[in-house]
Amino acid sequence: MNRSRGRFATTLLALLLGWLVAYPLLLVALESVQGPGGFTLEWFARFVREPREWQALWATLWTSVVSVLLAGVLGIPLAFLFERFDFPGRRLLGALVALPVVLPPLVGVIAFLFLYGETGFVGRIVQAALGLAEPAWRLEGAWAILLVHAYSLYVYFSLFTRAGLARLDPAAIEAAHSLGAGRWRTLTRVTLPLLLPSLRGAALLSFMTALASFSAPYIFGGGFRVMTTQIVFTRLNGEYGMAMAQTVVLSLLALTGLWLASDRGVETAGSGKGVAPSAVPIRHRGLRVLATALGWGLAILLLLPHATLVLLSFVPVGTWTIETFPPAYTVANYIALATDPGRLRPLGNSLWMATLATVVALALAVAAGLLTVRRPRAGAALIERLLAVPWLVPGTVFAVALATAFSVHQPLLGRVVLVGTLWILPMAYVIRNLPITSRAVLAGFRGLDPALDEAAASLGAGRGRRLVRVTLPLLRPALAAGATLAFVTALGDFVTSIILYTYDTRPLSLEILSSLRQGDVGIASAYGVFLMLLSGLVFALGSERKAVTR
Amino acid sequence: MSDYLEIAGLTRRFSAHAGVFELSLSLAAGRTLALLGPSGSGKTTTLRLLGGFETPDAGAIRVDGADVVPLRPEARRFGMVFQHYALFPHLDVGQNVAFGLESRGVHRAAAAPRVTEALALVDLAGFERRPVAGLSGGQQQRVALARALAPEPRVLLLDEPLSNLDPALRERTRRELRALIRRVGITTVIVTHEQEDAFDLGDVIAVLRDGRLEQLGTPEALYQAPATAFVAGFIGRGSWLQGRVARLDDATAEVLIGDARWTLPAAPMRRHVPGVAVGTMLRVLVRPEALRFAPAGTAGLAGEVTDRRFAGAYAFFQVRLPGGDQVEVSAAPTAAAPGDRVALVPAPPSDAELIACFPGEGR
Repeated sequence: MNRSRGRFATTLLALLLGWLVAYPLLLVALESVQGPGGFTLEWFARFVREPREWQALWATLWTSVVSVLLAGVLGIPLAFLFERFDFPGRRLLGALVALPVVLPPLVGVIAFLFLYGETGFVGRIVQAALGLAEPAWRLEGAWAILLVHAYSLYVYFSLFTRAGLARLDPAAIEAAHSLGAGRWRTLTRVTLPLLLPSLRGAALLSFMTALASFSAPYIFGGGFRVMTTQIVFTRLNGEYGMAMAQTVVLSLLALTGLWLASDRGVETAGSGKGVAPSAVPIRHRGLRVLATALGWGLAILLLLPHATLVLLSFVPVGTWTIETFPPAYTVANYIALATDPGRLRPLGNSLWMATLATVVALALAVAAGLLTVRRPRAGAALIERLLAVPWLVPGTVFAVALATAFSVHQPLLGRVVLVGTLWILPMAYVIRNLPITSRAVLAGFRGLDPALDEAAASLGAGRGRRLVRVTLPLLRPALAAGATLAFVTALGDFVTSIILYTYDTRPLSLEILSSLRQGDVGIASAYGVFLMLLSGLVFALGSERKAVTR
Repeated sequence: MSDYLEIAGLTRRFSAHAGVFELSLSLAAGRTLALLGPSGSGKTTTLRLLGGFETPDAGAIRVDGADVVPLRPEARRFGMVFQHYALFPHLDVGQNVAFGLESRGVHRAAAAPRVTEALALVDLAGFERRPVAGLSGGQQQRVALARALAPEPRVLLLDEPLSNLDPALRERTRRELRALIRRVGITTVIVTHEQEDAFDLGDVIAVLRDGRLEQLGTPEALYQAPATAFVAGFIGRGSWLQGRVARLDDATAEVLIGDARWTLPAAPMRRHVPGVAVGTMLRVLVRPEALRFAPAGTAGLAGEVTDRRFAGAYAFFQVRLPGGDQVEVSAAPTAAAPGDRVALVPAPPSDAELIACFPGEGR
């Protein structure tokens, strides 16, 4: 590329990303110290004085830490079970382990509500079995949130640990054995230390997700407030200054967590040339039966929320009251979804907004890859950091930041009114998608052999032809991976939507919430099933692409 | 048998042709055995069976008379150097070398001098606190050796120890490795697919093919008296020609190759070709030094020199025979030139079986 043109494009991209991801956050920080009379620390002073705020901060912190621990306790042994031991059904179960991924946060929470809630199936069965007048428990507060978090976050530990185990040089394990180390010593001195980077990654991802979690505390929290719900309720009360201060505090908490977890040790990359060790068949009969039973029991537990949703989606409005199981079933909910324009609207909204957001995020990621990976330029590191910024702060924070930045018309300061228009939600989705998409795409760019591009150039292919015929086809697995995650996240988004949506652009999640409020469980579940199936389909397509290009 | 390491009827079946089948051999204490064979011949499987990373379907592995097959790898006290070294990336050089000692219950303080000693043995004194990631390939291999040797194993196993090194380093490392094994005096089994490595490092060589032992012997024995056509072709250079037995008596046989009649000793032919008689078709391996040039027209194998490859004191000549077959002949660099028409006659007989006959048709 022409040197000055490349520099110009790099600058332009850095400015665009800065405007999209850094500027709104900066504005929040500014407004949190902005009073009617100029600079003020009043909001922070009030935050510090209020026990309620401290409680929310503490609740966020401890639920996040406990969520990570629970997810690890569940996910790590499971990964070992599926990666290292062979028992009947291992392959199928190994695939089922990832099932929570196809449940968008709000949908998962609703499934839990009708499964384990006081009027849920399990609750009703227990109540009927024990002959109680009241439900045996209420699904509310911290433990309900932790339950949902453990269910959705253990997947990170399970997947990261399995990936780590698959990458592990089996010769390292054999070397330990040949040096006289038994199973326990090999596990603690070799396997786990080598898995540490994977485990740290899973812990960090789980922690950030738990910290940013909104759906579970919003539905189950009751009086138990965490920072994300606190911010939304404060805004609902019209206390914008206070909400800004809370937003800043939550961001600082996220950044602290990130800083503490960041790897400051030596890189411990293995030689990685070994073949993955094959799973060992469990020889002992009793153990095999136990592992199989455990595996299948777990699979059922994992599938129950999905099954609950499917079952409820066939329940007609207002027919299910005190029975343990719904007395009547109908397909009317699905027909309503497909024919009623009012019901169809949110489907269309979510689809076009998620598609647009995915395409734009991919385009930005590819541009970043083209400009930064091939030749390191000034600004390359900046672009990469900007792309990662939305991951550093919870979705609620970003939603508040966008709502702040784009609610006034000051074109000279780069601010226009977008709140209340069609464009604010797709824009929010793009920003939320940037980290995952660019991470996959940039990794893809780094994995490209530069000699292939040079070979194409020496064969007379111009810039555009090389991009279309060589670079993009080679990047297909990376693009598919980035697009899949981005699309599914945007499709089920609740946390940013609840702050930024307008009636005309209301997405599926908001429609699910309002159906639920109107007591229309069947419609809410039917939407949930739709989201679940579409997410599953997209994941399946995304991973199939990957297999084809192998 | 009094041999230190004994393998008896060792079998590990992956499929009908893959695995190790009924392998039996033995090795005296302090000697080095090289397992040599092409890829898929079962040599690595044999090494992994020795190390305990594979469980045999049948057979025994005895050390000093005691079967170690029931023992798990950690209880065998066999040191192993892995092909890609498998150094623990999260531990430094010293911790890597100390790992085996500590596994066997040696206290950290007691292990330290032995770590120093092991590192000195491989010429890496003072490397204790270095991270393994910063080491060169040759250094990594020496750390792997020190790590395997530190707990004083009964047998040392080396999996393709030289395959990861560039040619210049390879030669030197091979010499050092040989010296080290001699100095330590440890019973050693090396897997390699390079004949040169096997010849240099092995006191005895086991040639494997499709999981079966083809021949066990010293390098000299393998070269001079190959037991099978496979060993003859795999060890050393040589060209295959087609021949037919024209006359046979107790001491000699006359073999017809093209128009030429060569007289060869009958005993090795009887050994290789059961039921050999006049008219039996043969596959004949001809070592480059087995033939010499005679002027064209002399009674012998007529042909044309097509290529000459200079190799210092001598040169390799490619000679095309009328039927299209190629023979490689080594001779003084000036003995012939491409384009010359020559006749090939057997060189004066020696102890080595430089022309070896095996049953079968074709080349």
